[in-house]
Amino acid sequence: MKLTAGKKLILILLLTLVASYISLPKRIPVNIHLGPVNFERIFEKPTIGKDHELVLGLDLAGGSHLVFEVDTTDISKEKKDTALTSLRNVIERRVNLFGVSEPNVQTSSFEDKDRIIVELPGVKDTEEAKSIIGKTAQLVFAELSEEEGGGLIPTQLTGAYLKDANVVFDRNVGKPAVSIEFTSEGATLFADITKRNINKPLAIVLDGEPVSAPIVQDQIVGGSAQITGEFTQEQAKNLAIQLNAGALPLNIELIEERTVGATLGGESVERSIKAGLVGLLMVLLFMILAYGKLGFYADLALVVFGVVTLALYKLIPIVLTLPGIAGFLLSVGMAVDSNILIFERFKEEKKKRDYANALEISFGRAWDSIRDANIATLVTAFILANPLDLPFLHTSGPVRGFAITLALGIGISLFTGIVVSRNLLRVFVREGKENKEKEGKK
Amino acid sequence: MINWLKYKKIYFTVSIIMIAISVYALLTWGLKLGVDFKGGSIIEYKIANQFSTEDVVKGIEEKGIEVTSVQQTGEDTYLFRLPSISTEDKIVIEGTLLNVTGAVEKEDVDELRFETVGPSVGPELIKKTVYAILVSAGVMLLWIAYQFKSFKFGVSAILAMFHDSFILIGSFAILGHFMSAEVDFLFVTALLTTLSFSVHDTIVVFDRIREINKTQGGEMVDVANRALTETMVRSLNNSLTIAFMLMALLLLGGTTVKWFAGALLIGTILGTYSSPFVATPILISWDSVYRKIKK
Repeated sequence: MKLTAGKKLILILLLTLVASYISLPKRIPVNIHLGPVNFERIFEKPTIGKDHELVLGLDLAGGSHLVFEVDTTDISKEKKDTALTSLRNVIERRVNLFGVSEPNVQTSSFEDKDRIIVELPGVKDTEEAKSIIGKTAQLVFAELSEEEGGGLIPTQLTGAYLKDANVVFDRNVGKPAVSIEFTSEGATLFADITKRNINKPLAIVLDGEPVSAPIVQDQIVGGSAQITGEFTQEQAKNLAIQLNAGALPLNIELIEERTVGATLGGESVERSIKAGLVGLLMVLLFMILAYGKLGFYADLALVVFGVVTLALYKLIPIVLTLPGIAGFLLSVGMAVDSNILIFERFKEEKKKRDYANALEISFGRAWDSIRDANIATLVTAFILANPLDLPFLHTSGPVRGFAITLALGIGISLFTGIVVSRNLLRVFVREGKENKEKEGKK
Repeated sequence: MINWLKYKKIYFTVSIIMIAISVYALLTWGLKLGVDFKGGSIIEYKIANQFSTEDVVKGIEEKGIEVTSVQQTGEDTYLFRLPSISTEDKIVIEGTLLNVTGAVEKEDVDELRFETVGPSVGPELIKKTVYAILVSAGVMLLWIAYQFKSFKFGVSAILAMFHDSFILIGSFAILGHFMSAEVDFLFVTALLTTLSFSVHDTIVVFDRIREINKTQGGEMVDVANRALTETMVRSLNNSLTIAFMLMALLLLGGTTVKWFAGALLIGTILGTYSSPFVATPILISWDSVYRKIKK
């Protein structure tokens, strides 16, 4: 089935309506002060299904970005990955206890330097957060007190005596289990403790929180044991990670901090919106001045570009940062490039053939340049955004935010600059011309 | 058709002068590196009361904390630059500020943002940036060479791209000296964007050269002159629309993105200039030298 330009245009219109609905903020304050008229009201957008909000990065919403360097010099290469995963897990637990909504903890490695990046939205007083996160993990085995309602009594057996923890498969019960291995001194301590606690639970406490309390079946000598239970693969893995955090404790040091207050972030958003609107108006005006009616249709396509991009930011969602907004604004300027290319081409083609044909040919011929040029930009954006997390390129921070919005902008501009404006022009300009010509013949 | 390439020597001279000025600026003044590169701390405060900067700096330095500079960034906002400080130091500074400025409430000295970067971050940033530039340049060289079935197109475009990025870096040495523009993470982003924009713009011109070559043929210089004539308005108009957005961001976007927008704007202008006046002349010169050798 081949769709006519008119039908395609209806589809585009529908898409634009859906996109505009998604892009609209939930609450729209309208303030009109015109002499005696004082109109102040907040319109609520009717919500259908899930409402998508723009996700703002730390530099816009306010919050703290902390980078810790991990001291991995005492750890062998093979165990480094395990130790880092465990550390990340421990820090994540601590951050969650801190009560931050949607924290983000990630590791990054570059040339033998290992980092932990912690993002805390909305946190401005970082003092407490830093001291909690910066602690070295404390793992201890604890006995249950004999007394009524008694708590846990920590033993001498700490993470320092633990060599390793791994997920294994227990053939006897057919379930995943966690094997642990102690150093020789640890083995002696463990034998003593298990002897005292046969048929009693032995708690494993990480940073003051019990993470597991297996029942001791028998005295365990030799320094290796297995924790069995109704574990899923995931639970067994988590337990092993937590045990390793205590077994391979790493010291970390804060090397970078960026904290932005919510006031400054809000101001940045306001200013960017203002700058964006002013710039957009100038571009819209320029296109009409330079290309007349054609420019007007390019402007319509640019508006479609704007709402579709915003809607995608909300749907994916893209974490918008200040450089990200700059990337978006830059892509607005670049979005009309395909139209400019086509219209300039059209000026030449018009001399050789009739209006409608010239338009079609311009779209066709300009496509090669548009494709080749935009692929070059997309390549750079791809390298900057580094979606494969290649360690020798930028893995986080402002560069990435910028590249992602720029890449998305270019992608969408190919659609709006070519598909949308082409169909707009086919329907309104070409048909209008043809009608006039027909009337002329009568 | 305008004979653009008749003035080839003028274009090369202009480029050489711009490169020479950049080299001079980089050697004499160097770049003004921000905390991202050299490490250190910055704190931006909103301070309600009027105060003398000297008193504040004196007060803080009496407590044993060095202050590199204080810069007013807005009506009542001030940016403090310091060597790397600890959280305790920050509390001391805030206390001193409350005292010296005669603040009534705690909110009279409001911390807007705080950044502290250790010394190990800068070298890593430089390395990653160099890798990113090399990878982008390599991939684009291959892409153009593949698309145009000839290395001379790729190499000309890449040379123009390095021309643009070098002059952009040079211009920041000048801006840094006279207007204390700093080179930071965002500058790196702008630099990399300039790389891609420069090639983007050049490809449009080269594409037209290829098309005219295929459909009509003729002497390379004539083909290039026609292609330049036909793409000149488009290049100008496109960079104008981009410049509109960037000008708006530069003037209205606030201090944090001012220099970023500025760097992007310079990059856009350079990228537009270099396609007809650097990349194409290189391509033509290469072509004529190659022909002479062949003969």
